[in-house]
Amino acid sequence: MDPIAIVGVAQTRYERRKRDKTFFDLVYEVTREALNDAGLTIHDIDTIVTISNDFLDGRTISGMAVGDAAGGADKNISTVEGDGTFGAFYGAMRVLGGSKTALVVAHSKGSEGDVQYITNGMFDPIYQRLLGIEAISASALQANCYMERYGISEEQFAQVSVKNHGNAMHNPLAQMPMEITVDDVMNSRRISDPIKLLDCSPVTDGAAAIIIANEEAAQKAERRPVWIRGIAHCSDDFFLGDRDLADPRSLRDASRRVYAMAGITEPLDEIDLVELYDAFSYMEPLWLEGMGFCEPGTGGTMIDRGISTMGGRLPVNPSGGVLSANPVLVAGLARIVEAVLQLRGDAGARQVDGARTALAHGINGPCGQSHCVWILGQER
Amino acid sequence: MARRVAIVGTGQTYHKSHRPDVNGRELIYEAVIRALSDCELAIQDIDAIVIGNMDHFESINYVDTWSVEGSGGIMKPIMKVTTGGTTGTSVAIAAYYHVASGLFDRVLAIGWEKNSESDTTAAIITCSDPIWDRFSYSGAIPSLATEATAYMEQYGATQEDAALVAVRDRTNALNNPYAHLRKPVTVQDVMESPMLAYPIKLLDVCPRTDGACAVVFAADGEAQRIAPKPAWIRSCASRHTYTWFGDSTEYNLGLVSLQRASKEAFAHAGVTKPAEEFDVAELYLPYTYAGLKWIEDLGFCEPGGGPRFIRDGNTDMDGIIPVNPSGGVISTNCIGATAILRVAEAAIQIMGKGGDRQVPGVRNALATGFGGCFWSDVMILSDQKP
Repeated sequence: MDPIAIVGVAQTRYERRKRDKTFFDLVYEVTREALNDAGLTIHDIDTIVTISNDFLDGRTISGMAVGDAAGGADKNISTVEGDGTFGAFYGAMRVLGGSKTALVVAHSKGSEGDVQYITNGMFDPIYQRLLGIEAISASALQANCYMERYGISEEQFAQVSVKNHGNAMHNPLAQMPMEITVDDVMNSRRISDPIKLLDCSPVTDGAAAIIIANEEAAQKAERRPVWIRGIAHCSDDFFLGDRDLADPRSLRDASRRVYAMAGITEPLDEIDLVELYDAFSYMEPLWLEGMGFCEPGTGGTMIDRGISTMGGRLPVNPSGGVLSANPVLVAGLARIVEAVLQLRGDAGARQVDGARTALAHGINGPCGQSHCVWILGQER
Repeated sequence: MARRVAIVGTGQTYHKSHRPDVNGRELIYEAVIRALSDCELAIQDIDAIVIGNMDHFESINYVDTWSVEGSGGIMKPIMKVTTGGTTGTSVAIAAYYHVASGLFDRVLAIGWEKNSESDTTAAIITCSDPIWDRFSYSGAIPSLATEATAYMEQYGATQEDAALVAVRDRTNALNNPYAHLRKPVTVQDVMESPMLAYPIKLLDVCPRTDGACAVVFAADGEAQRIAPKPAWIRSCASRHTYTWFGDSTEYNLGLVSLQRASKEAFAHAGVTKPAEEFDVAELYLPYTYAGLKWIEDLGFCEPGGGPRFIRDGNTDMDGIIPVNPSGGVISTNCIGATAILRVAEAAIQIMGKGGDRQVPGVRNALATGFGGCFWSDVMILSDQKP
């Protein structure tokens, strides 16, 4: 892979409801800020990828609402429907394929839709939807499967929620900074066994943008470039019953390929921090297993030993993660933005000291069917 | 450095207004299997997949993950690209970049739609801004009717001029075994068909079709091994110029997005006289008036010269630039697949696999996509590696 880098990033403050902002406003805001961050103008941008979802936005051709706001009126532009990490993947491919610079921008207003109906829509319309299955109940099946297989406990999941909401206390953009205890999580309202209210990510409004540049443009950039050392994605089967929900094999496949691209052989030794897609607390240990940071079934032990805390060997979600703000689609792009801030040393109170290599991660589909993994580094 | 990319195989379903014999995944599977067998590859040979359709037409959220049993995406990278009518060309352009990036060698691009499962107009209405546009430009036809009226006013074109475009495309469709509407029409038939929104009548517009199309893209080196005659991508460009329909109403300027996208693509490919340099064009013409006006925006003839250019037979199968040997969008319109069908048909012409619809000796071909808010995508294909 030719050297390409992220030279500008922006994200909004994440909130339950942004009454004063349309999709257009949100995209315009982060597009301007990302350009300012990179020291560029819209005239320096060759190509644009917007990220949206017709169900979430309640609009057919949802990309149509934001093309102008992203500065795309007279540029090559396209729209990825899916998590921000996938849209950013397309942006990176456009730069590798000949563009100098690409702007990738995602928006999300969870407040304007009904998340249960929207996520019910990703299941089979004949056999499954009428059961009422949606993101939370499907994820509960996965959490149960994971607990049953390896004897992992609800308390271990609760520790993830305590840690990530605690990390969010240091992130001024997070929606849910909270000092809570394992007991608070355990005693919170049971939504879909074993998932309780404080195991869930919130409904969020927000937007994020990144600017990707080729080597020549990156070297001229005002900001210290953060280099893309590897990117890979992979999808598992669709029907939950056809999958082993306790074995994130598509994540293992994407991780294996991304480590090969980045030349990483010992991920736990060579990666300094992880920003992963923890829509529910159980996802953090399960995804850490899929990423190869520990053996299958030992994700819970990893949590117990505090390895993923801010002071641990591998801080996971210093930003507070998706548990602390879940603007769907934006959430994965925000993981990339957070990783970039960490590697630039711009993460403020949530900075991981000496971070040189970071992993960012996003998911599509039910129970992490499809995963996209990024390795970012200070060096090429 | 971007790699060279070629199309090595195409596959499409048979098209009908209703395909109750298959569900969405099976429809996709039908196209994928045909594309793979066209280039003698197995799904194991495919490194990544791009898929596109319109979510609200079938009401499936996350079509990329839902579709994997039909697309072959299990344990493969798959992503979804959707831009309205241009979806098919946007998917093709995304597949091009997958390969050009150097990250993937063989990539499958899929567009599909099962329109029979939807209320197309009810779904399309929601593309426009809920406050400003939705109550005036509701659905696909009103904005096109406005464009057609303005064009007739500007250049004195007639409804009969437009009808000739339907006659041409529907006649060509007789040569395409995959086309949906395979029944010729006359100018009189078009003129006597029910008025939908002046001056657009029933036979001036595309149908609603169930169908899918898959195209295999491969990298330089691989492509020559896979296909005896790959269809190389010389350039591609997109302009999704407008967000509000209210901004797109300066119809007298022509179709601005197509002018800009084709200008970029032509410049990159070194095309200066498109009507002479292209041997065939598969154009996304969703209604007849586009067949008069948009060929002007592509530079086939001068502004206002469209009706004359058509009447003189220049775009017929034996003309200087045959347009839509497949029968075009007026004969087959499975929306998410419509634009990638243009790319596939252009590639088929270059590969010499057109059968009864083959234009002899095609070396350079033009494919376009149209959709969204008067948006355009352009792809130029060639038998020569660029």
